[in-house]
Amino acid sequence: MNKTDINQIELTETVGNIYADDAKMSIRNANVYYGDKQAIHDVSLDLAKNQVTALIGPSGCGKSTFLRCLNRMNDTIDICRITGQLTLDGDDIYDKDLDPVLLRARVGMVFQKPNPFPKSIYDNVAYGARIHGLTNNKAELDEIVETSLQKAGLFNEVKDRLKDPGTGLSGGQQQRLCIARTIAVSPEVILMDEPASALDPIATAIIEELIDELKEKYTIAIVTHSMQQAARVSQHTAYFHLGKLVEMGKTEDIFTRPSHKLTENYITGRFG
Amino acid sequence: MTNLENNSIKNKNMRNTDSSTTLSTTLSTTDKVALSLKKRHKKEKRFKSFGLSAVIFGFMLVLVLISDITFKALPAFHQHWVKVEVNYKNTWLNIEDSSKQSLSKANYRSVLKKSLYQMFPTTSGKKLSRKDKRQLFQLFSTNAEFTLKDTLMASPEHFNKQVNVWIRLDDDVDSYLKEGFSSGEAGLRLSQQQAQWIAQLNSEQRIESRFNVSFFTNSDSREPELAGIKGALTGTLLTMFVTLLLSFPLGVAGALYLEEFAPKNRWTDLIEININNLAAVPSIVFGLLGLAIIINVFGLPRSAPLVGGIVLTLMTLPTIIIASRAAIKAVPPSIREAALGLGASKMQVTFSHVLPQAMPGIITGAIIGIAQALGETAPLLMIGMVAFIVDVPTSIVDSATVLPVQIFLWADSPERAFLAKTSAAILVLLALLLVINVTATVLRSKFEKK
Repeated sequence: MNKTDINQIELTETVGNIYADDAKMSIRNANVYYGDKQAIHDVSLDLAKNQVTALIGPSGCGKSTFLRCLNRMNDTIDICRITGQLTLDGDDIYDKDLDPVLLRARVGMVFQKPNPFPKSIYDNVAYGARIHGLTNNKAELDEIVETSLQKAGLFNEVKDRLKDPGTGLSGGQQQRLCIARTIAVSPEVILMDEPASALDPIATAIIEELIDELKEKYTIAIVTHSMQQAARVSQHTAYFHLGKLVEMGKTEDIFTRPSHKLTENYITGRFG
Repeated sequence: MTNLENNSIKNKNMRNTDSSTTLSTTLSTTDKVALSLKKRHKKEKRFKSFGLSAVIFGFMLVLVLISDITFKALPAFHQHWVKVEVNYKNTWLNIEDSSKQSLSKANYRSVLKKSLYQMFPTTSGKKLSRKDKRQLFQLFSTNAEFTLKDTLMASPEHFNKQVNVWIRLDDDVDSYLKEGFSSGEAGLRLSQQQAQWIAQLNSEQRIESRFNVSFFTNSDSREPELAGIKGALTGTLLTMFVTLLLSFPLGVAGALYLEEFAPKNRWTDLIEININNLAAVPSIVFGLLGLAIIINVFGLPRSAPLVGGIVLTLMTLPTIIIASRAAIKAVPPSIREAALGLGASKMQVTFSHVLPQAMPGIITGAIIGIAQALGETAPLLMIGMVAFIVDVPTSIVDSATVLPVQIFLWADSPERAFLAKTSAAILVLLALLLVINVTATVLRSKFEKK
C-alpha cells in the first residue's frame, strides 16, 4: 500500500472556513501546554449554534484536550496552561471572575466511558439539578428527571426501576443515562468526548439519533474516531493533526472534497 | 524474544524439510508447551501448599494462644462463697435500734468475728487461741464485713436475729478450692488448721462456686477476689471514644485535603513524607510528648482518658491518614470528572462522591488505627494511666486506667489469683477487639451497598 509519510506534509495555516454565522462559542488562537509540552497550537474555530461540530483526527492530535478546554475541565490538571481567547456568547470563559462551576453548568460534558454515579438512576439524573438548586420541590425534580430521561430516549426502558443503581444498566443505556444527566442541568452547549466508542453498533446508532435530535436545543461538539459517525451526525467538521487545526468546514465539503492533503489522507484511510 | 525467533526459524526449517529428518529431534510447539506445563503445574502446586501451610500455621498459633488464655482465664470467672450463720446481735453491732443511721455506723467486723467464733467454737476440744482466731478470720475476704453490712441494710428485719449470709472466701482459699484441695502452691499458703476448716465447711456443704459477677462490676483492688475490670474497661471505652472522636475527623479531613485540595508541590511532598515517618515513630515517644506538652504545658489532668485519647490520636492519625489517602486515590477519576462536568463544585464532588466511595477503605484504616490504640500500653504509662485506680471513671478527665495497662499491672502482681485475672482481662480485651471489628465490617458492607 502506498503509505504517505505524514511528516513530509507541511502544516500550514488552517484551510477551509473556521467561522460560523451564528457562533455559540468562539475560540481564537488557543494554545494549550502540559508543562513544557505544547498540546494545542494556535487553534481558532467557531461552534455554530444549534449545530453539531465534529472534531476528528488521529489519536493524540489534541481533540480531547481541546474539547476539555471548552468547559475548563483542564483546570483540574495542575500543569495544564491555556492561552488565547475562548468565548461563550461573547463572554471570555477564562475570565478570572468567572467561576468554572457556572461555566460547566452552561457547557455540559459527556465522556468516552459511560460514568454513571454509583447511585440510583433517579439520583444520577437529579444530581445536577440538586446541586444547582434548580427545583423547589420534589414534583419539579421528578419532572426534570422524567423529561431528561425522555430526551435521552431512556425513559421507557427504565421508568419502572428508577430506584435501581445506574451502574446496573447496559453500556449503551449507561451512556444515555449520562446524556440525560447532562441535559437535566439544561446546558447550552454539550461536549461529547467519543461518546459511542465503548458501545456496540446498535447502541451507537441510538446515540447518534439522539445527538441529531438534541441539536434542536443544544449546541454540540463531538470528538469521534469514526469518520462515518462524523459524517452522519455533524454539520461542521474540524480536522486536527498534531495539535493543529488543519482544516475546517461543512461536513459534506470535508468528506467529499477536502482541501488539505492531510485531511484527504485521513478520511480516505491512508493513515491514522 | 530471541527464543521465539529461534522457534519460528526452526518451524520454518521444519516446514521446508518437511518430514524428512528433523522431526525426531525437534519437538513441536504443543509438545514443548505440554512438557513445560507439567513443570508449571508442579510449581503452582508447590506454591499453593506453601501458602496453605502458612495459613494453617498462623491459624494454629492463634488457636493455641486463644485456648491457652481461655484455659488460664476460666478460674477467674467463678468464685467460691461460703454460707455463714451471722448473728446480728445488737450488742455485737454496738447499736440500739435498726434505723438506717445506726445500721450504717454499726460494727460489722465484730459481728463477723463473733459469728465465726461461734461457728467454730473449739479446735480439737480447746478454745480458739489468738493465733487460731487470726487464721480463721483470714479464710474470708476482707470485704466480708461490707457484705454483712449490705445484707443487713437491705433487710433491716434481720436485726437481732441469726441468719445465713453468703460471703466471699479469701483468694488463697479460693485458689486452693479451684485446684481441688491440692497441697500444691495454693495449698502451701494455708496452714493445716485452715485446710481442716475448709474441709469441714465443704463437708457441711456450706461452700458454693458462683459466677464471678464482681469481675465485671468491680474496679481494681489489692484483693484478687474483689478485683474487677469495670474501671479499666470504662477507661478504655472513654479513651477510645476520645481517640475516635479526634483521630477520625482529623485524619479524614487531612487525607481529603491532601488528596483533593492541596496543590502538589514540595511542601505537600514534605508533609507526606513526615506523615509516613510519624507512623513509624515508637509509641512511647508520643507518650513522652503527651507528658511534656499536654500535661506539663497545657496542664491537663494526669492519668485522664482525655490525655490518653490525645496521645493515642497522635499515634493513630498517621495510620488513618495513610489508609484514607489510599482509599481516596482508589476512587475512579471518571466519577470526579462526571460530577465536575455537571458543574459540581470541588466541595460537592468531594463530599457527595469521593468520600462515600472511599468510606469503606477509610473505615478499615480507622479500625486498624483504633485496634492499635486499643492495645497500646507504653504511651499511657508515660502519662500516668498506670496508677492504681479503684474508682470507675465517670468522665474523660477522671483518673483512669485502660485494659492493657490493667493486664500489665495484674501480670505484675504476686497474688496467685491474679494469674487467672490477667488472662481473663486479656479475653475481655480480645472480645472488645472483636466487637469493634464486627462493627466495622457491618459499617463497611453498609457503605459498600450504597
